[in-house]
Amino acid sequence: MADFLSTPILESRPDDPSQDRTMVLNMGPQHPSTHGVLRLVLEIDGETVNKVVPDIGFLHTGIEKTCEAKFYQQVVPLTDRIDYLSPMSNNLCYCLAVEKLLGLEIPARAQWTRVLLNELTRLNSHLVWLGTHAMDIGALTVFLYTFREREEILNIFELVAGQRMMTSYFRIGGLALEPPLDFHRRVQALIKILPEKIDEYLNLLTGNPIFYNRLKGVGYISGADAIALGVTGPPLRASGVDWDLRRDMPYSSYEKFQFEVPVSTDGDVWARYLVRLKEMRESVKICQQALDGMPEGPIKANAPKVVLPDREQMKTQMESLIYHFKIVTEGFAVPAGEVYQAIESPRGEMGYYVVSDGTAKPYRVHMRNPSFATLQALQTMCQGRMLADVVAVIGSIDIVLGEIDR
Amino acid sequence: MNPPLLNKDAVFQGMPDHPAVAGLRAWKPDAVVDAKFEFDELTVTIAPQEIRDACRAVLAAGYNFLEDVTCVDWYPVEPRFHVTYHILSHGLKQRVRLRVLANSMDPSVDSITSVWPSADFYEREVFDLFGVRFNGHPNMRRIMMPDDWEGHPLRKDYPVEGYR
Repeated sequence: MADFLSTPILESRPDDPSQDRTMVLNMGPQHPSTHGVLRLVLEIDGETVNKVVPDIGFLHTGIEKTCEAKFYQQVVPLTDRIDYLSPMSNNLCYCLAVEKLLGLEIPARAQWTRVLLNELTRLNSHLVWLGTHAMDIGALTVFLYTFREREEILNIFELVAGQRMMTSYFRIGGLALEPPLDFHRRVQALIKILPEKIDEYLNLLTGNPIFYNRLKGVGYISGADAIALGVTGPPLRASGVDWDLRRDMPYSSYEKFQFEVPVSTDGDVWARYLVRLKEMRESVKICQQALDGMPEGPIKANAPKVVLPDREQMKTQMESLIYHFKIVTEGFAVPAGEVYQAIESPRGEMGYYVVSDGTAKPYRVHMRNPSFATLQALQTMCQGRMLADVVAVIGSIDIVLGEIDR
Repeated sequence: MNPPLLNKDAVFQGMPDHPAVAGLRAWKPDAVVDAKFEFDELTVTIAPQEIRDACRAVLAAGYNFLEDVTCVDWYPVEPRFHVTYHILSHGLKQRVRLRVLANSMDPSVDSITSVWPSADFYEREVFDLFGVRFNGHPNMRRIMMPDDWEGHPLRKDYPVEGYR
């Protein structure tokens, strides 16, 4: 978060104003199309954008510092708050990192449920992205359609976790609760209707000449530039780099699922739109496979010193009561070491770097968030384009400011 | 999970075919201060003045994508700042972690923005929250905290509630 006068654009202004063809424009932090509190300082020449300097930090809450003062299991609810559109991805990434340090073996059913919920999270996030992106362009109706389906996903989250957005449903060692009886039926009903709903969005937008002309050829970035600037996820794949962590470095039994990774070589906003829509269809396929092949078995690892015992056991068995008391009051020690765990979140590569010094509190938790890195590519995507294209580009990289500022 | 290898010699002898190990050995073995292979993750500590060239060496070995730059503060142990780089290879489907140590008297490290432009924000974040300076960075200023903020919040001697 920088002082207005200290942004690099203003320092490089010529002394004589009559020699200055350009204008400095402040966009945000209160601006509806910056998706939160992103502030951009733009140098424009007429309608043409010369420079874009993002100014971030308005939402900085010091989550990484807070993590160092909590027990390992207390960090899970903090990870939701980073990205309010993909809480399950954050939960999963953190849990996988700590489970790697502990050397825990997670039961198959817990892993598959995690995959299922992560794909629902991806659908949820992409639905919000599609609605708001179309709204930025001027197609207001799509927003209402996508939020209708998103509502059902949030209802399913509420069903399993008791919370619609800040789910905190994954635990170190498995899941928090047994999924309710209705869960299978509700998810099945949702993913049955989703493909035709996606067709509906496509019909609303893909054939729309205004939408097409606003997106096609806008915000181009080449694959090499995208890699150099740290872009991941759908924007990277839309630039022709065929890389998806779910397929290439699988985690949580993603290797057991069959799905395509949509890639486009166009590298513009339109390509990112198509890649994300295709990704939604693939997510539906993964959800169906997860429902059909859901294994039987426990939802928690057999590790009494780490995983909280069942309520029932706690009331009938002395050891369970003791373990419960110890985990809640003093946490559990995690072996010293450091791990980096990366997963494919809806926005790209999310990584958790967890350092343990052998105590019950993490020594350091660092999050590598896709939006933070992708924001650096904004300059390359917007340079030389019209001012109105900046709005389309911001929508297409799908940033969440909570994730950028942490 | 593979058994851990906990020092430089063990890593050099135990996994000579690993592309990052081979690349760094071929480049300058003396610049590698320490190395370990633990939790299936390779960590290589580089001499501070060599980090930029080390990044070029792993880039040449196929590690093409800089994922992250961060720091761990081991206060009061000196050198207290462990600046950590995670570098991924899309072709080899694996990653390597490079590390540089900086002491509290002069916490500064060479910037790698000339190798990967994406290091820009990451290094600014480390500077903002840890106070480690990056020599040669084009825009070394705070990114999260206000410009007039005092102190660097993620240092271990900075209280969780802040200074009152």
